[in-house]
Amino acid sequence: MTRYFTKEHEWIQVDGDTATVGITDFAQESLGDITFVELPDAGRAVTAGEAVAVVESVKAASDVYAPVAGTIVEGNAALDAEPELVNTAAETDGWLFKLTLTDAAALGTLLDEAAYKAYIAEL
Amino acid sequence: MNAPNASGWKPEMVADDGSVQPMTVSGDKGLQLEEPLIFELNRAGQTGVDIDAPKRGPVAGLLKFLRKAPAALPGLTEPEVVRHYTRLSRQNYAIDLGPFPLGSCTMKHNPRLNEKVARMPGFADIHPLQPKHTVAGAFEAIAELSDWLIGLTGMAAVALSPKAGAHGELCGLLCIRAAIEAKGEKRHIVLVPESAHGTNPATAAFAGFRVESIPATEDGRVDMEALISRLGPDVAGVMITNPNTCGLFERDLKKISDAVHASGGYVYCDGANFNAIVGKVRPGDLGVDAMHINLHKTFSTPHGGGGPGSGPVVLSEALAPFAPLPFVQREADGRVHLVEEEEIASTGHAQSFGRMAAFHGQMGMFTRALTYILSHGNDGLRQVSEDAVLNANYILRALEDVLEAPFAKAGPCMHEALFSDAGLAAGFSTLDIAKGLIDEGFHPMTVYFPLVVHGAMLIEPTETESRAGLDRFIASMRSLAERARAGDERLKTAPHFTPRRRLDETLAARKPVLVWKGDKA
Repeated sequence: MTRYFTKEHEWIQVDGDTATVGITDFAQESLGDITFVELPDAGRAVTAGEAVAVVESVKAASDVYAPVAGTIVEGNAALDAEPELVNTAAETDGWLFKLTLTDAAALGTLLDEAAYKAYIAEL
Repeated sequence: MNAPNASGWKPEMVADDGSVQPMTVSGDKGLQLEEPLIFELNRAGQTGVDIDAPKRGPVAGLLKFLRKAPAALPGLTEPEVVRHYTRLSRQNYAIDLGPFPLGSCTMKHNPRLNEKVARMPGFADIHPLQPKHTVAGAFEAIAELSDWLIGLTGMAAVALSPKAGAHGELCGLLCIRAAIEAKGEKRHIVLVPESAHGTNPATAAFAGFRVESIPATEDGRVDMEALISRLGPDVAGVMITNPNTCGLFERDLKKISDAVHASGGYVYCDGANFNAIVGKVRPGDLGVDAMHINLHKTFSTPHGGGGPGSGPVVLSEALAPFAPLPFVQREADGRVHLVEEEEIASTGHAQSFGRMAAFHGQMGMFTRALTYILSHGNDGLRQVSEDAVLNANYILRALEDVLEAPFAKAGPCMHEALFSDAGLAAGFSTLDIAKGLIDEGFHPMTVYFPLVVHGAMLIEPTETESRAGLDRFIASMRSLAERARAGDERLKTAPHFTPRRRLDETLAARKPVLVWKGDKA
């Protein structure tokens, strides 16, 4: 399994042709207490860069983008009752959605962990 | 009353040893009055009006509608109801009590002269369904307001029926959509810079467009090159807020407009901040095709209260034919006429996209705005924007040594001063300063907006604050900023002097309790 990152502060964990997407710990820290998460419906085809989820905190509502193209498998149903999982476990149990990849080659355009860490260190 | 202070809440006082002590038996704190929910004051059967017992029973055919149980309305006497709402109103804060420095909202004084004119029976007591020939004076006033708005903005026409700023945005976007459809084109993208108002992308999406975001530059303005490079046959237009939400003038708007027009698109300008440029800049000269004007911001009508608001939309020659009905129009003979559906062909409005509201708009706001305009005149309105900008810069320069002002080095701001949370002690946030401001007796500034600045504090003093009032506010802000820099722990639990202490906003958002359920809760 390989984990990639985007400059929009999403992480994407790839396992075969399925990927799990969430926001990074850095992102949840910046957003503050998450109060609501809007997730995409299963079966929706999404393009890379398309806004597919919304994370709302006491400060702001932020779009979450699909890092790569694919078809949504499921949203993380646990977040309906416990949106705070995105704060407490952003990069594990607080994942947002899973999708099947339609263009695995596009993963090559994303950041690896070291590159993402270097990127946020500059912010 | 059988249930004084039913919620059992007691004001608290922190004793010298740090312990928290309830202060009074009643729950009131001096003349700062505690107030339960009206349902908690309920005494069944109490009423402010004596109604005689009915002389007859209900008509047989209506029996099936007879209530099975009494309506769950609270029983109170008239003075109890009056006191309840008056007590609640005292827990509120208003522009009539003190400064309201909410950036982006333009909370300025509402001159009492506006109210006097709005209450004149010829304006206040008319009805939208009255025969038109009986309200010629009202039409004349609307036409005069139209002439002023067109003149001040340098545009071709104005649609007065939209009820508020966001409604006005929708009106402008629907005009753009109608214009594109009239040309038989398919343009479905609207570009919205990060420095635009938050309602803009929502409006574009609601009007059926797809929104693409354009980044801001380091100096807080729209990235003109990124915007122009995105233009093309799929782009319907751009929505730009000018001055923008960083409180900065978009200097490149004319160049942007020219490029947008060359590519076949239209320029929507969010005119919410027109109060900073009125009398100085005419948006029509910058190539704007549509712009709404919040009468409650620039022209001092009340924020809320007294019915719907008003968000007139000024339109360029290109978009004027698509304006919504009804439409107040001055005829060649000087007579003012209300154009409705049956006359669109004969009056040149056949391409109107339809109606956004049942009637022509909100008369009470029109009379107040016209009063404000006439009592100021062209020179007075110019001074309004000059003073609004001067006051904001006075605050910017008075605080920039204790609060980080990200765009201050590049030059003056427009009508609002923007600060970030950089420089506060670890663990201290913008929210702490906002809450501390409540203890100081001020309404907080806008916080965490715009999003392009970390921990944003957006302060808009408006032109109606005096220098002495600004100095009082600045003294409080300096003290709070210094406490947050020094790490004064007591600031983290502010406010201390309010009827309620710091509320748990996260819990309130995650598990909101919005309905009183009484014993069923």
